[in-house]
Amino acid sequence: MNVWLGMPPFPEAARQALGDSQLRANLRAATATIRTKRAAVVAERDDWEQLREAGRAIKDRALRDLDTYLLQLEAQVTDAGGTVHWARDADEANRIVAGLVRAAGATEVVKVKSMATQEIGLNEALAAAGITALETDLAELIVQLGHDRPSHILVPAIHRNRAQIRELFRREMPGVDPDLTDDPVALASAARAHLRRAFLAARVAVSGANFAVAETGALVVVESEGNGRMCLTLPEVLISVVGIEKVIPTTADLAVLLQLLPRSATGERMNPYTSFWRGTTPGDGPREFHLVLLDNGRTTALADEIGRDALRCIRCSACLNVCPVYERTGGHAYGSVYPGPIGAILTPQLRGPDPVADSLPYASTLCGACFDACPVKIDIPRALVHLRGKVAHPPGERAAMRAAAWVMSRPPRFAVARLAARLGARLARLPGPWRRWTEARDLPTPGESFRDWWDARERP
Amino acid sequence: MRVGLFLTCLNDTLFPGAGKAVVQVLERLGHEVVFPPAQTCCGQAHFNTGYRRECVPLARKFAKDFAGLDHVVSPSASCVAMVRENYRELVGESPPVYEFSEFLVDVLGVTDVGAAFPHRVTYHPTCHGLRLLDLGDRPTALLRAVRGLRLVDLPDATHCCGFGGTFALKNADTSVAMGTDKARNVLGTGAEVLAAVDNSCLMHIGGLLSRWRSGTRVLHVAEILAAT
Ligand code: SF4
Repeated sequence: MNVWLGMPPFPEAARQALGDSQLRANLRAATATIRTKRAAVVAERDDWEQLREAGRAIKDRALRDLDTYLLQLEAQVTDAGGTVHWARDADEANRIVAGLVRAAGATEVVKVKSMATQEIGLNEALAAAGITALETDLAELIVQLGHDRPSHILVPAIHRNRAQIRELFRREMPGVDPDLTDDPVALASAARAHLRRAFLAARVAVSGANFAVAETGALVVVESEGNGRMCLTLPEVLISVVGIEKVIPTTADLAVLLQLLPRSATGERMNPYTSFWRGTTPGDGPREFHLVLLDNGRTTALADEIGRDALRCIRCSACLNVCPVYERTGGHAYGSVYPGPIGAILTPQLRGPDPVADSLPYASTLCGACFDACPVKIDIPRALVHLRGKVAHPPGERAAMRAAAWVMSRPPRFAVARLAARLGARLARLPGPWRRWTEARDLPTPGESFRDWWDARERP
Repeated sequence: MRVGLFLTCLNDTLFPGAGKAVVQVLERLGHEVVFPPAQTCCGQAHFNTGYRRECVPLARKFAKDFAGLDHVVSPSASCVAMVRENYRELVGESPPVYEFSEFLVDVLGVTDVGAAFPHRVTYHPTCHGLRLLDLGDRPTALLRAVRGLRLVDLPDATHCCGFGGTFALKNADTSVAMGTDKARNVLGTGAEVLAAVDNSCLMHIGGLLSRWRSGTRVLHVAEILAAT
C-alpha cells in the first residue's frame, strides 16, 4: 500500500478535500447519478430484500467453512490445469507474482482492474523488480497516467471530470491527438488506441476475480469495458490474485450474486461483460494459469465475530455512493485503497493499527444509509461501533468518557453538570474539544429548565 | 394511561421545551405523565464512541429508573433506538420505550392532537428515526393534522445532516460541510421552521442556521404538536 504512505488521519485529510471545490462538484454529480440509477433498478425488483438475504446467506456459508471451500477450489483449479499459490501477506503475494512474470521471460504485464492487487501494492512491487504493469481499465488507466491514487472501488477516477481527463491524456498519453476533445467517445477512443497496442504485445496478464467457485474451480470477472476479457484471453500466462474471501460454494450461487452486483454497482440490470475461466484449455486462451490466494489480514478479520461481516463484501461500492461522508470528502481521505464505509471497517482489520486506520471507524455519522444499500446486508454501523471499541483512542478521551459516566451515574452529579452546561452554552466560544462545535455553530439558549417547570407545576 | 417520560440528558440540559411539550400533549389527550427524577442518560454517546464497558452501568441504571412502567416515551429517536437496539445485548433487558410520534400514532392511535401552528414548516427525518425506528410518515402525518400548518417538502430529506454524536467534534469539518448542505436545503424551502424528532440533529442544523442569522428556527415536532 505504499502509494498511501504519509497520508494524515481521516479528519485532517478530509479537511483538505472539503476545501477542493472541483472535487466536491465532481463527487456530488457522480454519486448522485449512480445513486439514481441504482435506486431505479433496485426498485423494479420486488424480491430485492429476498435477494439481499440470499446473498448474505451465500457469503456467510462460504465464510463459515472457508477452509473446506478453499481446498476444494485448489483441487478443482489444479485439476483443470492451473497452479494454486498461497500468499500469507502482501510481500509474499508480490514475490510470487514477480517470480512468475520473470519465469515467463516478460518485463511487461497488462492488468485487469483488481482491488486485491491494489491492496498489496503490486504495481509498485513489480516496478521495483523491473516489470512494468499497465492498467487497462479506463478509470485505472486515468489514475495510473496521472500518477494518482484511486478514490473509489468501482470508479477509481471518480474525482476527475472529463475536462481534467482530457488534459491528462494530452499530457501523458504517448501519440495522442493534440486536438482531443472532452467528448466521452473521443476520450474512450484515445484510450482504446493506446491500450490496443499493449493487449496485442502482452505475454502476461494479471487479474483479480469477483468470485471463485469452489465446486468447479471457475473464476469470474465482472466488467463493463471488455478490456478485462482481452487480458484474460490474449496473453500466454494469466496470473489471478484473489482474496480468500472471494470463494463461493457453487455455480448456482452466482444466480443470486450476479443479480445483486451490477444493480448495486453501476445501477445496471446486467453488466456488459462477465468472463468465466477454469484452469487452461489447449489451443484456447492462456497456456498457463496461476491462482494466488491472498490472506493479508483476512483470517484475522474472520476471527472477529462482528468484524468478519466485512468479508462478505462483493466490492459493489453502493455503500460509497450513498455515504454522505464519502460524497463530501471523496476516497483519498480514507488513506487506503478501500474508501468509504466498507473501507472504514475493512482497512483497520486488514492493515492493523496505525493513526490512519485508527481514525477510520470514526469517519461515519452512523446514519445507516450504507447498511440499507449493501447487497449482502453488512451491518456497517454495527461493525464501525465495534471497531471503535478496539482501535486506539485519543489521549484523555477514555478519562473524559469515564468522568461523564461517573457524572451520569448519580442524579446530583448530573444536576451540577446540567447547570454548568447551561452556563457554558452562553459562551460564544467553548473550550477544549467543544471548541470545534462553536467554530461554525451556535448553541441554543435554553429557558427555564424542564425540572424547574415540572417541580413548580406539581406543587400547586 | 400512565406514561413514563424519558427526557434524555440533552433535552434535560439544553432543550427543556421538548419535554414540556410531550407532557402537555399527553395530558391534553387525557394521559398521566410520570417523570422519574433520577433518570440521567441512556449511554448512547458512550456506546457509539466505542466505550461499551462504560455504557453498561448507565444501561442498568436506566432499566432501574424506568422499572414498573409499561410505556416509556421519549422525544428522541436516537436514544430510543439506543435502548431498543442495544440494551438487550448489553444488560439483558430492554425497557418498553417509544419515540413520541410512534407512541402517538401506534400506541394511542391518534394523528390529530388538536394543535394549531399557522406557519410554514419543513421536516427533516433524522437518520435513527428513519432507519433504525422506521418512523416512516408518522411524524409528518401528525404535522399535517396541525391546524394552519403548511408542510413543505425538504429536498434530499433522507440525507444525513452530519451531526453523528461525537462525529460533530471528531470530524467537525465534514460534519459542518454536511450540515451546510442540509441547512441550505432548509432555507431553499422558504420554511420558517425546521422540525425533527431529535434535538441533537436540530442542535447541529439549528446551530448553523443561527450562526448565519438566517431567521429560520428549529423546533422539536412535539413543540409544534403542543402549540394551540
Ligand atoms: S460493503 Fe456492501 S455495499 Fe459496500 S462495497 Fe461491499 S458489498 Fe457493496
